[in-house]
Amino acid sequence: MRLTIKDHIRESRLFNERAAFALVAVLLLLMVGIARLVYLQIISHEHFSTLSDVNRISLVPVPPTRGLIYDRNGVVLAQNLPAFSLVLIPEQISDMDATISELRKLVTISDEDVRRFHRQVKQKRAFNSIALRFNLNDEEIARFAVRRHLFPGVEIEARAIRNYPLGTLASHAIGYVGRINEEELRDIDASNYSGTDFIGKTGIERFYENLLHGQVGFKQIETNAYGRTLRELQQSAPTPGKNLYLSLDIGVQRVAEAEFAGRRGAAVAIDPRSGEVIAFVSMPGFDPNLFVTGIDVGTYSELQTSLDRPLFNRALRGQYPPGSTLKPFIGLAGLESNKITLDAATFCPGWYRLPGDPHKYRDWKERGHGFTTMDKAIVESCDVYFYDLASTLGIDLMHDFLAQFSFGQPTGIDLRDESSGLLPSRQWKRARRGQPWYPGETLITGIGQGYTLTTPLQLAYATAVLATHGAHTPPHLLRAVGTGGTPQTERLPAPMTNVPVKSRGNWDAIITAMRHVVSSERGTAQAIGRKAPFPIAGKTGTAQVFGIKQDEKYVEKDVAERLRDHSLFIAFAPAEDPRIALAVMVENAGHGSTAAAPLARKMIDQYLGNPPP
Amino acid sequence: MTPLPHRTPPRWGDRRGPRLLVRGLHLDFPLLAGLVLLSLAGLAILYSSSGRNMDMVIGQAMRLGIAFTVMFVLAQIPLHHIERWVPWLFGIALALLFGVLLFGEIGKGAQRWLDIGLFRFQPSEMMKLAVPMMVSWYLADRPLPPSARHLAIAALIVVVPVVLIAKQPDLGTALLIAASGVFVLLLAGVRWKYVALLILLVSASAPLFWYMLHDYQRMRVLIFLNPERDPLGSGYHIIQSKIAIGSGGIYGKGWLNGTQSHLEFLPERSTDFIFAVFGEEFGFIGILFLLGIYTFIVIRGLYIATQAQDTFTRLLSGSLILTFFVYTFVNTGMVMGLLPVVGVPLPLISFGGTSMVTLMASFGIIMSIHTHRKLLST
Repeated sequence: MRLTIKDHIRESRLFNERAAFALVAVLLLLMVGIARLVYLQIISHEHFSTLSDVNRISLVPVPPTRGLIYDRNGVVLAQNLPAFSLVLIPEQISDMDATISELRKLVTISDEDVRRFHRQVKQKRAFNSIALRFNLNDEEIARFAVRRHLFPGVEIEARAIRNYPLGTLASHAIGYVGRINEEELRDIDASNYSGTDFIGKTGIERFYENLLHGQVGFKQIETNAYGRTLRELQQSAPTPGKNLYLSLDIGVQRVAEAEFAGRRGAAVAIDPRSGEVIAFVSMPGFDPNLFVTGIDVGTYSELQTSLDRPLFNRALRGQYPPGSTLKPFIGLAGLESNKITLDAATFCPGWYRLPGDPHKYRDWKERGHGFTTMDKAIVESCDVYFYDLASTLGIDLMHDFLAQFSFGQPTGIDLRDESSGLLPSRQWKRARRGQPWYPGETLITGIGQGYTLTTPLQLAYATAVLATHGAHTPPHLLRAVGTGGTPQTERLPAPMTNVPVKSRGNWDAIITAMRHVVSSERGTAQAIGRKAPFPIAGKTGTAQVFGIKQDEKYVEKDVAERLRDHSLFIAFAPAEDPRIALAVMVENAGHGSTAAAPLARKMIDQYLGNPPP
Repeated sequence: MTPLPHRTPPRWGDRRGPRLLVRGLHLDFPLLAGLVLLSLAGLAILYSSSGRNMDMVIGQAMRLGIAFTVMFVLAQIPLHHIERWVPWLFGIALALLFGVLLFGEIGKGAQRWLDIGLFRFQPSEMMKLAVPMMVSWYLADRPLPPSARHLAIAALIVVVPVVLIAKQPDLGTALLIAASGVFVLLLAGVRWKYVALLILLVSASAPLFWYMLHDYQRMRVLIFLNPERDPLGSGYHIIQSKIAIGSGGIYGKGWLNGTQSHLEFLPERSTDFIFAVFGEEFGFIGILFLLGIYTFIVIRGLYIATQAQDTFTRLLSGSLILTFFVYTFVNTGMVMGLLPVVGVPLPLISFGGTSMVTLMASFGIIMSIHTHRKLLST
């Protein structure tokens, strides 16, 4: 019992007052409800009765226009073109199977079309028109048009179909749209997609589906008992999807793809200052237009089973040993950790041997490089120097240093399903292989062989980080989002922590050595340095192929070709103020200087606007 | 509180007519009659709206059976037993709400469920009872009308769970729970100047609140202000349900004869929009009858509240019955196009609904309050 005095009689009276007040409120609200009923059921009864019996009001969704995709210079990469589709309104068709089999006599309709149609019928409202066939040709339109009166509830509709005017160009970056499948249906807002046939499947089209799609609109139409439209009552316009402005420079992309000339491989070019991806090449590509309205089984299985794997995004998902392109990073690890100085020379007799191990780790140059300093080791790509350095550094230090460059982890580019590559460590080997780390593995890690795997994207990105003295600006393809013609917002992901710089001089020394790779007479890529109006820093690489098993059934000539080494090259230019950093990988093309380096030079020239030498 | 003169209430064996038998079971006959009538009307209209789907009707009947059992059990427990445990109950419900925020399973994009081994549990359902109980419990010992300080503490009791539930996000339930708490305060005799102040405060903080809302919640508010914004979603429901009700006219199209609903024009016709089917098939007369039962239940509940013998039970039963009215009004108002579309089922009529058990539990409490009165004098 509290000290405050409770006046029970007064409280009870107060409660009764409030209860009476509540009762009045309840009755008043009840009156409002009844008034509404009088309005609906008595005053407007005729009106609603008519609506319910004779005419029906249907809401027809108006799909939003999908946003366009442009490159950095405003070149259209993806657009929408009108195409004619055969659409059915299930509500107005009494015998669906009979109608479809009659339609098949006029228009080619595949079993897959029918299956997909039935799937959509279950998902959408009965009065929604659902496409049975896309892309009717003129003859089919004419054949149907003359018999149209026989098919109530069947119409020909002009719908926008996604089109990729550049065909195979940059297909792995742009991706494509396709018909919505059951799995995707579960994830999307059914109402917003009620008028939409397509959804982004891969690439930018998939990653930015939310931005590209837009918001559905509707038409409220009055139809008579036969389902014919009498008049349009109301319309709310759909909100079109956002236009995307990519950082891709389609000129550079085109040059690179042309230079591949039928070879397989990948090339990624990044602006190291912003992380903007300038070129994103994975060869061979494919024609995304094939996928839009449904690819036929034959063509698809051809793409799927082709030895060249055109549907495989090598730049994003291909994992290759970095080979000697890793050497500048290892060299920098040595300098920054004070395990080695620039002037210290290692003698290279053409092989290296670990104490107490008879195995000879060979240099690519049988006669050896003689006394070798850091600069020479990078310029001539001396293996022995890096065997020795790797042995000094040890695997733990190398792993930790390389991890700062985003090796072994996804770069965070705005594309789905990026591979993370593989940066081996003691822990990794114990967890995955259940074995200890062997010293010999440290050596080959030092020259980018062994377990280490990188994607071309990772390699390009690490090069960009190196070029900017450790600054992380994660790669991204989307440069700006706009609704009108002009780019609006910049979208940048949060950068990861920059690589700590112990001494800027160390970085400059590595970059200078990379310049010598291209400019010095002994440089492995000196062929591309000729007449370059700007200093290029680069590094060649050659990656051994383990992938293909000897017993696989290939034509002998093919096998031999496919077992050749991959040609690799990383570069950035201009060396002192980098505007482009790139990694080029040409599968089975031999040494880095022969295929990858010239290709990189062409891309740099195109981007920096210099005439070919 | 001064102990009240005691008299043994009628128990088993007091066979003095059916009403007293019901009384002996601690049930309130008028309330029970109203609830049973509603359930039967609900089963009948469900048979029609589901397209004569007996499985759905039987399923609903079983759910009703469970709900009535819960009501019956709760009606046996005198409120003074429960009263002691109210702070614990509230505390547990609050802890569970925090649990949901931390470990809740994400169902339909909202964290509302808590997985406890065998079954999944929605702590916000528990809060529907715990909040009015806690506020009533808190105010019961305080002099009424409550002082500003007590009012502030009572408001806190309401606001904390409401904010937690709104964060799940389940705005509809949060608002209904807030309403149940506010009803307790109003019934406790909060001075009108505080009520005016609250209204002022809410409208002043509206922009801030708006900023905190999820996108889809904002959308709902916008759709309320202008239903045509979302004509393919809830706007479509409204257009169709208005046609269904309006075309019913005075006498209705007759049971099983609704066309709008049977032609599948009306979405959610067995759940949230079942009232429209009722309106189409039984017309104005039928709806008046149905609303009559609801009103009767509310009036009976308010009467029980005024007859309650202490502040706690008085406030609690009053708040519970007014919340029941709000459910009914929000659902019917939504179907008639008076209110925004919120997922509130029509009590005892809508198919399914996890909230049916909670609802009947509150009726169990109301009946217990009435049947466990200690008669002072006659």
